Amino acid sequence: MGRIVLEKVTKKFEHVEVIQPLDLTIEEGEFVVFVGPSGCGKSTLLRLIAGLEDVSSGDIYIDDQNATDLPPAQRRLAMVFQSYALYPHMSVRKNIAFPLKMAKLDQAEIDRRVAAAAEVLSLTDYLDRRPGQLSGGQRQRVAIGRAIVREPSAFLFDEPLSNLDAALRVGMRLEISELHARLKTTMIYVTHDQVEAMTMADKIVVLQGGVIEQVGSPLELYRNPRNRFVAGFIGSPKMNFIEGPEAAKYDAHCIGIRPEHIGVSETKGEWKGSISVSEHLGSDTFFHVHDTGLAETITVRAGGEVAFKHGDTVYLSPRPEMIHKFDAEGLRL
Amino acid sequence: MARAVSFNRKTFNTVLAWSIGLLIFFPILWTILTSFKTEGQAIADPPLFLMFDWTLENYAIVQERSDYLRFLTNSVIIAGGSTLLGIFVAVPAAWSMAFVPSKRTKDILLWMLSTKMLPAVGVLYPIYLIFIELGLLDTKIGLVVVLMLINLPIIVWMLYTYFKEIPSEILEAARMDGASLRSEILYVLTPMAIPGIASTILLNFILAWNEAFWTLNLTAAQAAPLTAFIASYSSPEGLFYAKLSAASTMAIAPILILGWFSQKQLVRGLTFGAVK
Amino acid sequence: MATQHSRSAARFMMAPAVMLLLAWMLVPLIMTLYFSFKKYLPLRGGDLGWVGFDNYVRFVSSSSFWPSVTTTLIIVGGVLAITLILGTLLALLLDQPIWGQGVVRILVIAPFFVMPTVSALVWKNMFMDPNYGLLSYLWEFFGAEPLQWMSHASLTSIITIVSWQWLPFATLILLTAIQSLDHEQLEASEMDGATALKRFWYIVLPHLSRAITVVLLIQTIFLLSIFAEIFVTTAGAFGSKTLTYLIFQRVLESQNVGLGSAGGVYAIILANIVAIFLMRIVGKNLDK
Repeated sequence: MGRIVLEKVTKKFEHVEVIQPLDLTIEEGEFVVFVGPSGCGKSTLLRLIAGLEDVSSGDIYIDDQNATDLPPAQRRLAMVFQSYALYPHMSVRKNIAFPLKMAKLDQAEIDRRVAAAAEVLSLTDYLDRRPGQLSGGQRQRVAIGRAIVREPSAFLFDEPLSNLDAALRVGMRLEISELHARLKTTMIYVTHDQVEAMTMADKIVVLQGGVIEQVGSPLELYRNPRNRFVAGFIGSPKMNFIEGPEAAKYDAHCIGIRPEHIGVSETKGEWKGSISVSEHLGSDTFFHVHDTGLAETITVRAGGEVAFKHGDTVYLSPRPEMIHKFDAEGLRL
Repeated sequence: MARAVSFNRKTFNTVLAWSIGLLIFFPILWTILTSFKTEGQAIADPPLFLMFDWTLENYAIVQERSDYLRFLTNSVIIAGGSTLLGIFVAVPAAWSMAFVPSKRTKDILLWMLSTKMLPAVGVLYPIYLIFIELGLLDTKIGLVVVLMLINLPIIVWMLYTYFKEIPSEILEAARMDGASLRSEILYVLTPMAIPGIASTILLNFILAWNEAFWTLNLTAAQAAPLTAFIASYSSPEGLFYAKLSAASTMAIAPILILGWFSQKQLVRGLTFGAVK
Repeated sequence: MATQHSRSAARFMMAPAVMLLLAWMLVPLIMTLYFSFKKYLPLRGGDLGWVGFDNYVRFVSSSSFWPSVTTTLIIVGGVLAITLILGTLLALLLDQPIWGQGVVRILVIAPFFVMPTVSALVWKNMFMDPNYGLLSYLWEFFGAEPLQWMSHASLTSIITIVSWQWLPFATLILLTAIQSLDHEQLEASEMDGATALKRFWYIVLPHLSRAITVVLLIQTIFLLSIFAEIFVTTAGAFGSKTLTYLIFQRVLESQNVGLGSAGGVYAIILANIVAIFLMRIVGKNLDK
């Protein structure tokens, strides 16, 4: 259960085509992340799958059934919203029970399922509180609880962590991954944060301007980005792009090299430059190097114990096998 | 941050504001006081402020002579009925406009408001005629319908602004949770909008209670509410100040109390969201 | 943003309200238009046939027409001036820190909740009566001859009563608007050396301009059709006959429906001119 297929799906608002004809297959049990900059159509795509928006053309199949014209309630999907969308006038218990009540389950079964979900999400002590009395992380868990009690074919997450503070976000990320490992239900997760995409996904779908740029596992995207956009979007810090004569040496319009694939030395290397800013994170150090004779400032990632500082002269050596080459259209060569 | 203001200035402002406030309130206060006087004391020269023999006889006389309770019942039925009927029609409409807006939503809202601007006197005779034809003249049901219609734009508008404040994600969540449209409105939207709906009911009850064009022109003996009851005092016989005051106090007291609760909503309801 | 399904549901749910208001607007409007082109005297022969624009011409050429327009303008203009000026001053005062602000607010707002027939009768009898009215005592106390308010100063009387009813509305809305003013702006201008008067003129008043316009337009629409206040005080006598009251008399008192309907059409046109300006402001606000 939980195989979702999109065939030539498009979406127009007024006359703007926010999703261009798009094909995508999500296999049963997969954790798929839609990632891209804001306005790329990732949330719209999720809402099309949910049935909260109509497709302008094309078809959506859920478990081999054509669901294109089904209302959201009949798609057997559960969704966790960015704002959690908890019902403020209901207790946690009633929030979690709501979809079951709508499905007209008998009260004993509802109680059993709510108790089980609360147990899994450590919400048992909070069942009689109102959402307003909960912390951000707890609200998030209630939203997830409301989704899992229905035992849906697939879960849809719309930027669920973006309202949490940084520490909580890491914790919830792990919880969601664990949940997936345990339930083995298909999950579709929308985020603009490539770290979430890399850490959680079985399969990442990179979107830009309503078009799928690339689909693949996190490491595939990291190692073999199909184009310059994906190369720049995946990985942190961002890949360095160098155009001009240096790129021409590699018969490319543009070359890309990730910060972690550049060696730093005091004495020798390919490019000589001076450090404008160095950011010491403890485990890593990021150097921003300019005056290399290249037009671009180069970002380099080095170990935590490297002791260069602002103004120091350094030599940089990119690892040749790690250089990505792109043509004028940005496609990988 | 609140500004620190000197003690003297605050005292001066307080005295000034209270004086003006009491001056504005004085006619109401005077009416209430007079209602407890005898007719003779009511016109005493010089006027008696507090030192008079307090009496309740005017209230008894008013009820006895003119059957105040019947007018009160009519007012409650007409104002309450028109408001509830209005809410019943307006909630679905406001839901549509707030959560499924289309290009025409704005035009429809403005058009609804424009019907509120239609001068009543311009359509007086047609309504009068229709009322005669349908046998609605001097009936409560007729007034309930007319007052519902004249307040419907305000009810729709107020509900719309309250519904707009509810995040549409919550309604979408209900949809994803398998709720039908009816369940969505009944179990999710309505409970969340209770404060807004209550304010809307309150303000429109007040407006309907005080409406004094249609209630005066479309009623006679049977369906007349308090507005018409008071108007009957415009051609008095003999001494009647104390009785007029008692009748007036009874007509405005319930609404004054409700009105004080609805100050905030008044602004929203009567400026159609143009002033916040 | 919605699905086809919810859009059709929305149309269905909007239908009752839209149809009711459409009927409420169109049916009487068309009937009024129809009658306005007829000689129609229900008590004296009924429908006496089409007369073209005769009613429209007769309505404006009757001797009561221009006086009623003047009366309407004086009452509307007078009430607007009083409520806007006093309302602004009062709102400024109530915005200041004072003790018992909540109570003062309640005192000031109270008249708005008094039904029009009550306020008109209480003022007419208990305050403006030449023999027993409280104002007469006041006049006598200062040695002046008590005024025959209703007969000799009918417009002043009506303006006073109506202003008393509408001052709370103006004050409350202007107060709401003042309270939304960013106080840092005032502090910044104070740092820039602006005096209190200049702060009011250059900061507060421009901030209030929209609220003032809204009060002006809404009150105009309501004031153009005041009825009960005249009905129970002068019943249109002593030069207090407004356009609304004139039409009322034509239709219901003299039962000249054709003539009254033509007047009604004029009133509708007049109200619509004001309404258009109000709609534009409200509409602009909707876009935000």
